[in-house]
Amino acid sequence: MLSRTADNLYWMSRYVERAESLARILEATQRLSALPVDYGGSTNEWESAVATAGCTASFYTVHEEATQETVIDYLVFSDQNPSSIRNCFRLARSNGRAVRTALTGEMWDALNGAWLELKDLDSRGILKGEELGRFLGWVKSMSLRVDGSAYRTMLRNDIYWFSRLGVFLERADNTARILDVKYHVLLPEIERVGGGLDYYQWSAVLRAVSAMTSYHWVYRDSLKPWLVADLLILNAQMPRSLAACYGNVGLYLDNLARAYGMQGPSQKLARSMRAKLGNAKIDDIFQSGLHEFIVDFIGTNNRLGAAISEQYLT
Amino acid sequence: MAAFDEMTNADGSIRPAYAPLAEWLRTAPPDLLTYRRQEAELLFRRIGVTFAVYGEKEAQERIIPFDIIPRIMTTKEWRGLTQGLEQRVKALNAFLKDIYGRQEILKAGIVPPDLIYLNPAFRPEMAGKSVPHDLYVQIAGIDVVRVDADTFYVLEDNARTPSGVSYMMENREVMIRLFPELFGQNRVAPVENYTDELLATLTSIAPNSASSDPTVVLMTPGQFNSAYYEHSFLADKLGIELVEGSDLFVKDEVVYMRTTKGPQRVDVIYRRIDDEFLDPLVFRPDSTIGVPGLMSAYHAGNVTLANAVGTGVADDKAIYSYMPDILRFYLGEEPILKNVPTWRCREPEALSYVLDHLPELVVKEVHGSGGYGMLVGPHASKQELETFRKKLQQDPEGFIAQPTLALSTCPTFVESGIAPRHVDLRPFVLCGADGVRIIPGGLTRVALKDGSLVVNSSQGGGTKDTWVMDV
Amino acid sequence: MRISIRHETRYQYSASPTRVTQILRLTPRDHDGQYITSWRVEVDRPVRLSQSEDAFGNITHTFTAEGGESLTMLAEGEVQTHDANGMVTGTSEKFAPELYLRETPLTKADSAITSFAKEITEEARGDRLNQLHVLLAGVHRGMIFDARPTDTTTTAAEAFAMRRGVCQDLSHVFIAAARSIGIPARYVSGYFRRIDGVVDQEAGHAWVEAYVTGLGWVGFDPANGISVTDAHARVAMALDYLGAAPIRGTRYGGGEEVLNVFLKVQA
Repeated sequence: MLSRTADNLYWMSRYVERAESLARILEATQRLSALPVDYGGSTNEWESAVATAGCTASFYTVHEEATQETVIDYLVFSDQNPSSIRNCFRLARSNGRAVRTALTGEMWDALNGAWLELKDLDSRGILKGEELGRFLGWVKSMSLRVDGSAYRTMLRNDIYWFSRLGVFLERADNTARILDVKYHVLLPEIERVGGGLDYYQWSAVLRAVSAMTSYHWVYRDSLKPWLVADLLILNAQMPRSLAACYGNVGLYLDNLARAYGMQGPSQKLARSMRAKLGNAKIDDIFQSGLHEFIVDFIGTNNRLGAAISEQYLT
Repeated sequence: MAAFDEMTNADGSIRPAYAPLAEWLRTAPPDLLTYRRQEAELLFRRIGVTFAVYGEKEAQERIIPFDIIPRIMTTKEWRGLTQGLEQRVKALNAFLKDIYGRQEILKAGIVPPDLIYLNPAFRPEMAGKSVPHDLYVQIAGIDVVRVDADTFYVLEDNARTPSGVSYMMENREVMIRLFPELFGQNRVAPVENYTDELLATLTSIAPNSASSDPTVVLMTPGQFNSAYYEHSFLADKLGIELVEGSDLFVKDEVVYMRTTKGPQRVDVIYRRIDDEFLDPLVFRPDSTIGVPGLMSAYHAGNVTLANAVGTGVADDKAIYSYMPDILRFYLGEEPILKNVPTWRCREPEALSYVLDHLPELVVKEVHGSGGYGMLVGPHASKQELETFRKKLQQDPEGFIAQPTLALSTCPTFVESGIAPRHVDLRPFVLCGADGVRIIPGGLTRVALKDGSLVVNSSQGGGTKDTWVMDV
Repeated sequence: MRISIRHETRYQYSASPTRVTQILRLTPRDHDGQYITSWRVEVDRPVRLSQSEDAFGNITHTFTAEGGESLTMLAEGEVQTHDANGMVTGTSEKFAPELYLRETPLTKADSAITSFAKEITEEARGDRLNQLHVLLAGVHRGMIFDARPTDTTTTAAEAFAMRRGVCQDLSHVFIAAARSIGIPARYVSGYFRRIDGVVDQEAGHAWVEAYVTGLGWVGFDPANGISVTDAHARVAMALDYLGAAPIRGTRYGGGEEVLNVFLKVQA
């Protein structure tokens, strides 16, 4: 396969996944910010949404304050934000268009259809309330459609593997960033005001990765911060956990290595992170520092992205 | 002068090729056509068949209007046409081989040398170099028009990178989905095997140094090119890689593509990029869409380019007028397809005739294409006529003129219902080391405006499916 | 005259480039006025130099180099010349002279050049050789030799508008002007042995050949304002600089590039 094709497939998937993650983060944020001040505490949820999206610096070059309007505008519609949901769909589609020959008709229909619908959408009507909820639901359903059509129609060859790599690398990054922004609410030793606050923050973290129900299935327990962290980091059954993402990253990199009869730095990096996640205990992670662990993970994940690019995509 | 209508004779009777269609149209409920047309447009949008019109701000991604009433030819009519096409393409190839070789035709005084030497499409870089299998034009699009039941004229030879074949194929796909009943009643020759034939052609022209299973790629200028949709469509159907310049590199006069498995040798490049952008080391140094060193690999015989470099000198409108003589010179035969009588404005007598008869003539730029820079005398305003008169006097060499042909008309579904509209036809001729292949069909272009003779999509033209069938 | 030439071109990259591809036109050929006693072309890297001949009969060397922080190309040898009053005979001619009326982007005559050519040669009309000598003097006098405002992509029209340029620009202006009055003209790159005895030069030289019916190709050096003499060693010829350039190349990666040319032309 052409290196450029692999690159386009990989980024196409990353952008679709990014759009979906943004939609989930915004849903959780909207829910949290709708709580009475007593529950919501002093944190500005819209500000932390911007932080989770990883664009705090660029946001403040455009807006002065993080409010629902400015954040939704910036994270959803803005042309100035290269990773706004709108730009994600645009870039996903243009990456897909560049490799149309590698996509199935269903995948292309899903990608192209999503962009055509979004392209002319008037942003003014959906900055809040019901319309916003409906719109974010639409974003998720588009991502599900792209993902589902990939899963159901694509040949299981390198085309598929590169596109999946993009999904899981991006997903790992997103989950890690949610943890990075919210890690302080998961730390048991920090003294906080008002018990309600914690509960809603934890549930917001779970909602941001659609894991509220899963949590109860897995732990049969009320919300406990270390269990939330365990679910998101180490539980391989939870599709958005770091462990699950690296299970998949490893799987697809191994498939590539087998098909091409050659392995390189990216396989090595992925395996070592997978082993680390497999062997870790949540207590140990808290012991040696949750924040340090997450920062280290984000760094490794970025290095893996660069290694994949170097090994296959250029 | 009434144009020849391909469906209805002057006395109102229906020509045999159209009998089943006419009957179907007569009985079809009026809403049905409207409904199917909407459906067709939806399908084209979904598929993503788009083209860009130059000179428009929102140039990206328009779809060409599609007319749902097919244009029909009988197998017998088609057979006559294909003989003429094959002959024409043979002559084009012989001409190019000679022009870049011994130049016998110049020595014989048949074509004036300055038309070659000063022609921007002539590539000195190709002179004295041989090309694999002596083939220059492997893919040709010969534009023909019809004026009566028996007579076809060649309007233009397209010997560079003719486009439009994806429309031929997509039009058919859409028609089969929209009108299954019509295809059930009529035996229409298929066009879907075009890409198989194209791949066979491309494989047959691989250089001798290639393996028995040569690697063929399609090279595109990129996704912002107006014909990008077609490039990706064809690569998909051909099952070959769609490459951009940056995907290829040349080392030691061999072309490779960058793949996830490492460099892979490339043997045949079906390039849809103009000569001057191919290799920044030989042509335009500012080309960022080419491959440095490509021409050295080409000259070393390690890669085949289809079409060859420098074929544009054969499809130039100034050369066009010499085509009947060119054909006779190389093949010793009479041309089967007619040439439209052409006044070469470079010749003083012709110029003065053209200036005297401007309102009756069609004037074209010698190096223009796409219907730009063209004057249709009978439809031109006084001001347009004057503008062209000045242009002609200033630069007579830059223009040719032709009589206004009465292009045939076909029934077309327009706002006011079904009405005759002028059409032309671009059949695609494939020329491989193992012979010539012509798919029964082609791209019919239709001038949607009443009375208009300009069929170019950039000028408000549409397309139709073209049926060749037994009756 | 014996002309001994050593022409070294060295690129220094700030990072090692992925790939460098070059076409060299650094090898002179024999003709009636010039005999190559010895010549060699070398690249200081383990590359395959493939020799070929281009459209105009120039000898080319093409190579691809990967990696490395510098790249040096050397052309060195000795040429025996004799004065033929500017006439160039015995060359390998691939095309009829009319070809050299072709316009190229670098040699397109704009209205300024066209009227300059027309006016200045008006008196000598009917005598091509004379017209060319008038043109030679006109370009040489009318333009100031100045390396600052132009580069290798400057067109004849741009240089003429500034009335400034180097030998390349003066040659392009001459070519555009000659062609505009119907005289076939072409670009020549080569070396010039200076009369003042200066050996070290900053770059190779360029001049023009124009076709005079009855005489054939005649060499004119607008930068020096003279006909071509035995001090000129002819290397490559084409429609313009791009076709005759001593080195044309492209590079992927490699960061910043520093170019140094070391050229010695002497007896």
